[in-house]
Amino acid sequence: MTDIAIIGGGPAGLSAAIYAASLGAKVTLVDDGLELGGQLIKQTHKFFGSEKQFAGIRGIEIAKKMIQDIKEYDNLEVIANATVTGYYEDEVITIVQGVNGDILKKLKAKRIIVATGASENILPFVNNDLPGVYAAGAVQTLMNLYGVVPGNNILMVGAGNIGLIVSYQLLQAGIKVEAIVEALPRIGGYLVHASKIRRLGVPIYTSHTLKEAYGTDCVEKAVISEINQNFEFIPGTEKELEVDTICLAVGLSPLSDLLWQAGCQMKYVPELCGHVALRDDNMKTTKDKIYIAGDVAGIEEASSAMLEGQIAGLNAAISLGYKCDNYQEQDRKLKEELKELRDNPLSEEIRRGVEKALIKEGWD
Amino acid sequence: MRIKKHPILEFNQKEKIKFTLDGKELEGYKGEPIASALIAAGIKVLSRSIKYKRPRGFFCAIGKCSACLMKVNGVPNIRTCVTKLEEGMKVEIQKGKGDFN
Ligand code: FES
Repeated sequence: MTDIAIIGGGPAGLSAAIYAASLGAKVTLVDDGLELGGQLIKQTHKFFGSEKQFAGIRGIEIAKKMIQDIKEYDNLEVIANATVTGYYEDEVITIVQGVNGDILKKLKAKRIIVATGASENILPFVNNDLPGVYAAGAVQTLMNLYGVVPGNNILMVGAGNIGLIVSYQLLQAGIKVEAIVEALPRIGGYLVHASKIRRLGVPIYTSHTLKEAYGTDCVEKAVISEINQNFEFIPGTEKELEVDTICLAVGLSPLSDLLWQAGCQMKYVPELCGHVALRDDNMKTTKDKIYIAGDVAGIEEASSAMLEGQIAGLNAAISLGYKCDNYQEQDRKLKEELKELRDNPLSEEIRRGVEKALIKEGWD
Repeated sequence: MRIKKHPILEFNQKEKIKFTLDGKELEGYKGEPIASALIAAGIKVLSRSIKYKRPRGFFCAIGKCSACLMKVNGVPNIRTCVTKLEEGMKVEIQKGKGDFN
């Protein structure tokens, strides 16, 4: 029996765990990765965002600090390398653990915070199942966590922030990026990142996408093509690129299976990149005992995930009767900070999405 | 291939260990995922699709896509992207849905 079970040990889950544990709640954090920290442990770039959420610090450093922090609480237990497979009405979650998945555990928790993150999208193109087609996060894992060269010549698909940042990280590791293609007529990510990459000689083709990949047992060639406003290929504009690796940075989808299974009310919100659970401003879903935080609540970024985690951690603990010196003030501060973080023109979609997924007071 | 020089990161891989892929001896670092050691050794095909036998490689690295399922120490369908490499591991490309023989 635990007070709060937190599912997922990325930035949102770690923040929630630390906050709830600091108020005295008994916390159990379950994570399915080889290491704690989620995507944060691969981020070599410095964070933008608010000062209190570690602006100017590299993701890997933030992760290290949080992983260090959780060790300080005797009331915080970590179940690592384990997958939560289900939620049952009497507040029991089932956990599968072990290399062969042969250990089955049951855990009863008074509150559950789902911080499972996201999974990467695939793109339809000919031969998209060839080895050498990697998701951007996988490329980061290989090179930033384990020091492995993912390939020699890379085609990056997607010029959002992830595509740009991973391209830059590839260049830092001494790997050649042949080109970046972006289906939209403009670059989606921050222009600072884009110009850094351009200066290093990597062309960014907007209104272009990947049409085909070739190779016998792995990628040997890629064909890109220009597309019109309706995203249709323009014949005669194809270009062949000699690449051995295609890196897909074409978006993420919330990993919300557990919330569906638990019976939370879900809604498709395109601005948040998929189906998300409806939630109130405490991050509580339509199920009284289930909270959400981070990418599973809508694809955003690590800084907002950490704030959502703190809000969920705080409110879940308070709902169990744990005390916090001037709770009102703390709660207001966190929500204010999250609002500020989203208060810029680039976050307009996020704001719209959050609005759609929000349960207002008096809702029933 | 391994990254030799990096402006920001240091990889603290100390302990080199040996393992086999379909009987062939390879080297990797203790504690890294099996899949990462294979890719570093230049191996990209980790499995074959069940029906058409198309090659499958590493894709998501977070245990979510099933492209990296292999037979490890006789047990089929191990997600090699989230399983740590250990000394003397016997890794095999499995056939079809995998079996225990
Ligand atoms: S690479 Fe996707 S499950 Fe291992």
